[in-house]
Amino acid sequence: MADFSNFLPDTAFALDVAAQDWREAITLAGNELVDAGFTTDEYTTQMIETVEKLGPYMVITPGLALAHARPSDAVLHTGLSWVRLSTPVEFGSKANDPVSLVIGLAGRDENEHLEIMSAIAKALMDPAKTARLAAAQTPAEIRSILES
Amino acid sequence: MDILCVCGMGIGTSVLLKMNVEQAAADLGMDVNVTTSDAGSAKGQANMNDLVLTSEELVSELEGTSTPIVPITNFMDIDEIKDALEDYA
Repeated sequence: MADFSNFLPDTAFALDVAAQDWREAITLAGNELVDAGFTTDEYTTQMIETVEKLGPYMVITPGLALAHARPSDAVLHTGLSWVRLSTPVEFGSKANDPVSLVIGLAGRDENEHLEIMSAIAKALMDPAKTARLAAAQTPAEIRSILES
Repeated sequence: MDILCVCGMGIGTSVLLKMNVEQAAADLGMDVNVTTSDAGSAKGQANMNDLVLTSEELVSELEGTSTPIVPITNFMDIDEIKDALEDYA
């Protein structure tokens, strides 16, 4: 079972915060990655550039953006951030807007984060877990749902 | 069946999609080999696969490949992925 304590620490959460638009939402996710010691500010810029270049493909399921960029020197450690927005914002995704949860993903290489991604995939495919994640009040509660 | 999952960077959304494609194939009793790629190098790899799955926004990046490309709207919807697999099985 995936252990989220190192990959998604308390410092990587921002719960029920406001963002004006998708850029600000990704910036919040990037700032949490920086606060947790996973990335430098450069990675935040790279995540925004990725959306500018390739479109809002990171909005992979209704309400969720998986913000990320390529593994690079801007990634110090593999980890995630979790930003739950108080008011959903538009990313420009035809099918999956508006976004209320931004998960920031920083990977040192292409394999290190697979176990974590697998646990997240399992949680997001389960409507009951998704509902519990949306209602959870603390980082510890969210981690325990992901680990369950 | 060889399936290529494509996302912008080849490390995030395509990895999630791969996991769900493997789950969908297992549910259907299909034998699949799933790999991932970033949009930039996907074109070259697409021709070695039977099916390419990606998001709507990236379909245009893959123009010119002869392998069928199916956009997936909701990467977490196993039923949508199953429909795509069944159409090309």
